[in-house]
Amino acid sequence: MISIQNISKSFNKDSVTALRNINIEVERGELFGLIGPDGAGKTTLFRILATLLLADEGRAEIGGRDVVRDYKAIRRTIGYMPGRFALYQDLSIWENLQFYASVFGTTVAENYERIKPIYSQIEPFKDRRAGQLSGGMKQKLALSCALVHKPDILLLDEPTTGVDPVSRKEFWDILQLLRGQGLTIIVSTPYMDEARLCDRIALLQKGQILEQNTPDGIVSGHSEPLFSVRGPNMFALLQAVRLWPGTYSCFAFGDSHHAYLRPGAKPADLKDFLHQKGFENVAVEAIQPDIEDIFMHLLPA
Amino acid sequence: MIITTENLTKKFGQFTAVDQISFSVAEGEIFGFLGANGAGKTTAMRMLSGLLAPTSGRAKVVGFDVATQPEDIKRSIGYMSQRFSLYEDLTVLENIRLFGSIYGLKKVELSQKATALLEQLQFTEQRNTLVGALPLGWKQKLSFSVAMMHEPRLVFLDEPTGGVDPITRRQFWELIYAAAGRGATVFVTTHYMDEAEYCDRVSIMVDGRIAALDTPAALKVQFEARDMDEVFCASPPLLKSVPHEDFSRIPAKRILARHTRPT
Repeated sequence: MISIQNISKSFNKDSVTALRNINIEVERGELFGLIGPDGAGKTTLFRILATLLLADEGRAEIGGRDVVRDYKAIRRTIGYMPGRFALYQDLSIWENLQFYASVFGTTVAENYERIKPIYSQIEPFKDRRAGQLSGGMKQKLALSCALVHKPDILLLDEPTTGVDPVSRKEFWDILQLLRGQGLTIIVSTPYMDEARLCDRIALLQKGQILEQNTPDGIVSGHSEPLFSVRGPNMFALLQAVRLWPGTYSCFAFGDSHHAYLRPGAKPADLKDFLHQKGFENVAVEAIQPDIEDIFMHLLPA
Repeated sequence: MIITTENLTKKFGQFTAVDQISFSVAEGEIFGFLGANGAGKTTAMRMLSGLLAPTSGRAKVVGFDVATQPEDIKRSIGYMSQRFSLYEDLTVLENIRLFGSIYGLKKVELSQKATALLEQLQFTEQRNTLVGALPLGWKQKLSFSVAMMHEPRLVFLDEPTGGVDPITRRQFWELIYAAAGRGATVFVTTHYMDEAEYCDRVSIMVDGRIAALDTPAALKVQFEARDMDEVFCASPPLLKSVPHEDFSRIPAKRILARHTRPT
C-alpha cells in the first residue's frame, strides 16, 4: 500500500542529512510505527509521503501512485495529522471540522459514521474554540479533521507527544479501532512503550533505520543477556554498577536499573562487587529486553 | 520547607484551574508534579514561580510570598519550560553569557562558571556552535545547566524530556540527581512514568486538585499497582471524588539516601 524506496533527503546545502536511504513497505490494513526521538527524521519522511516535500533521492508510492507525479490524487486518499497542532485556534471544534470537510468537497454529515467513534467524544464541546481545548481533546479534533474526507491511509506525526498517559492510551484504542475498519496507518512516536501496539515498526535514529520488524521479531533478534539491578540508594547503585569492569552499559529503568554485561561477565560477580562497595540486599535478575532496551543498545555508545 | 501552599487557588473567570491545593516540598527533594493535560499543573507552577498571582490561598516559595514578593522568588529560583527557552541564533557560549549576566553573575565568576559548565556537559568543542543546530537532547541539557548557573536552591522543570532520545533522557535525569546531590530542590513535571519513579515524592493533579501525594513506592501500594503508569492510569476515576486534603503534613520520607556516594 505504501512503498518507500531508497529515500534520502538533506537540508541546508546538504550539510544536514535528514534521511539516508530509507526503505519501508507497508501492507494494506497495517499499523506501522516509526519509533525514534526528535531529530530522527520522522517528520521529513511524513512530509515526503504527504507530497509536501521532495526527496533528493529515491521514490515513494502510495496505493500505486507516485508521490511526485500523482500528488493531487494522493492528497485525496491520505489523512495527514502534522506534529504541531495545525488547526485554527480561533475556530470552534465544529467550524474546524466543517472547514476541513469543505476543502475536500464533502460534508461532515456525509462521513459522520467514519469520524463518529472519535468525534462523539468531543461533540459535547463542539462550540468551544480549538485554542481552548486540552491536549487530549485537540488531538481528537485533529484526528477527526484528518478523517473527515474518508481517507484510506492515515499519516500521524507524533500524535501523542506531550500527551498524558491516560489520553495516550485512549488515542491508541482509537487507532486499533481504525485499523479494524481497514485503514492503513503510519504513526510516529518518541514513546518506546507505544512500539508494542504496532504491527511492525522501524527504529529510526539520525535519519537511518536501525532495525525494521514486528516488535516481537525485534526483541527475539537480540539475545544479548540483560539484567535488572534493584536495591537501596538507586542513584549511587547506578554509578557503582557502571564502575564494574564487566558492565557494558547500565541505565535507570523506572524502579530498577537495566544492565547489559560484557561477554563472559557473571551476574553473581556483579553482586559480589556491589557487596564489596557496601550495597546490601541488591537483587540481580535476568530479564527480557523490551524495545527501549534494544533501541538504546543499538545507539552508538 | 522550601515550598508550602495553603488552599492555593487560581480562577480564570468561571473556570477554576487550581482548586485549593495544600502541600509542601522539603529542601533537597526531587518532587514529581504529575497530572493529565489540563489538570492545572502549568498554572500551579506559574503561581509557584512568581509568574502568576493566585486568586486566593497562600504559598511561600524559598521564603517569599507568591502574592506579595514574586520578584524575590524569580531571582531565587531556576526555571526551564517545556518549550526550549535558549536563543537559537546565539552560540552555546553566548547563551551561557547572556543568561549568566541576567542572573547577575560577575564577570570573573561568569567565565569560571561557563568553563565548568561546558566541561561538565562535554560541550567544550561546541562552544561556538549555534544552539539551533544542536540536537534537542543537548539543548535540554544545556538549558537545564543554564537554569542552574546562579545556583538556585529550587528549580522548576516543565516537561524537560519530552521527545528526547532514551539515552539523553536518562543523562538528563543524572544531571537532576547531581543537582539534588548538591542540595538543590527539583520540582519537575513529566509524561514519562518511568521518570516518576526517579522522584522522591510524586503528586497527581486531577481537575485542579492534588488527588494523591506520596513516594512512588507508597503510591504503588495505595493503588495496588505494579508501576507508576498503572498508578497514573488508575488514579483519575478513583480520585475524582476525593475531598480537599491537606498534603502539607506528609513528610518527605527518604530524600537523604541518595546523597551517599559509593566508596
